Amino acid sequence: MGMHKSREAATKFFALQGDRQAMNPSLTIYRGLKHAGIDFVISVPCVNLQKLLDLVGKDPEIIHVPVTREEEGAGLCAGAWMAGRRSALLMQNSGLGNSINALASLDILYGIPLLMIISHRGGAGEPIVGQVPMGRLTAPLLDAMEIPHFSPTCDEAEDKVNDAWSLAAAGRKPVAVLLDLDFWRGA
Amino acid sequence: MKRMEAIALAAETAQAQGALLISNIGFPSRELYAARDRPENFYMLGSMGLASSIGLGLALGLPCRRVIVLDGDGSVLMNLGTLATIAHYAPENYLLVILDNCCYGSTGSQPTCTHLGTDLAAIALAAGVKNVENVDNAQDLTRALIGRGVVVVKVEPGNANVPVIDLSSEEIIERFMRSARPTPSS
Repeated sequence: MGMHKSREAATKFFALQGDRQAMNPSLTIYRGLKHAGIDFVISVPCVNLQKLLDLVGKDPEIIHVPVTREEEGAGLCAGAWMAGRRSALLMQNSGLGNSINALASLDILYGIPLLMIISHRGGAGEPIVGQVPMGRLTAPLLDAMEIPHFSPTCDEAEDKVNDAWSLAAAGRKPVAVLLDLDFWRGA
Repeated sequence: MKRMEAIALAAETAQAQGALLISNIGFPSRELYAARDRPENFYMLGSMGLASSIGLGLALGLPCRRVIVLDGDGSVLMNLGTLATIAHYAPENYLLVILDNCCYGSTGSQPTCTHLGTDLAAIALAAGVKNVENVDNAQDLTRALIGRGVVVVKVEPGNANVPVIDLSSEEIIERFMRSARPTPSS
């Protein structure tokens, strides 16, 4: 639903932006979301997500609902998907820890697709010590839950976001795109 | 009022309204299944605390369909932030019914904080929900089920003697989605 409209709007948007911002990390993810036809975004903020959240919030084709906790967001995304929407959850990897039971006993149990766009904190160059434990545990947790995950570079990210949604929709399961500190520096 | 009576009343009203009905984990879903099974019922078998959030996502995603959520006091206490989110988005087609029996009914009736006086209706109001009702009888509940926002229903502790739901999670969601909207996407 809304696929053609989304593509048209995305094309128009890209034409306006031009190629000079092609390497902008936030814009790259936004383009990926638009190409995937995502029209329902739930978010809990991370400092690295602020520009992306601005882009999503200003897009009249996307219903954007900031929530209080990522697990709550997983519930909203599930309901929105059952309503015929394409939903994405934008959050920090700390929020993955807050969402484990919902991912397992809601999304995986019922076969509900979910695109998770995750700011992956706690890796190389992380200044906040509190981010480090979940930084290390993020990929192992996803592996343990058999949730596919990708860690694209800025160049790859637009296609990877679109691919991740396709995989989620076809496999009826959650899929994660992990965006680490290097990604947000535009590396 | 017994919870099963409140659930049966909500199910009857939902059917009359053509509303989608999301029911909470454990005995509430079993009681709904026994009282009035419909494809428009989504029986939440896991994810305790998220019935209200699933319903909110449905209501925002499908503005043309009325959505009623049957939640519990223990479950809402587990996801109190949901009341703030509901207050902020307040879709007209959304009603959260909190069946408050002051205990975790499906796990042996251990008391919740509402047993000690925590007032979920007052919390909903303080969170910014404009339409909040407190009811404790069938007549008032019937009236409240027409509305929107949040209604807290005081019910007796205890579960009805009803079997487990003999539908798979796949069956529950497929028939629910077929009834919720005409053509599947994604």
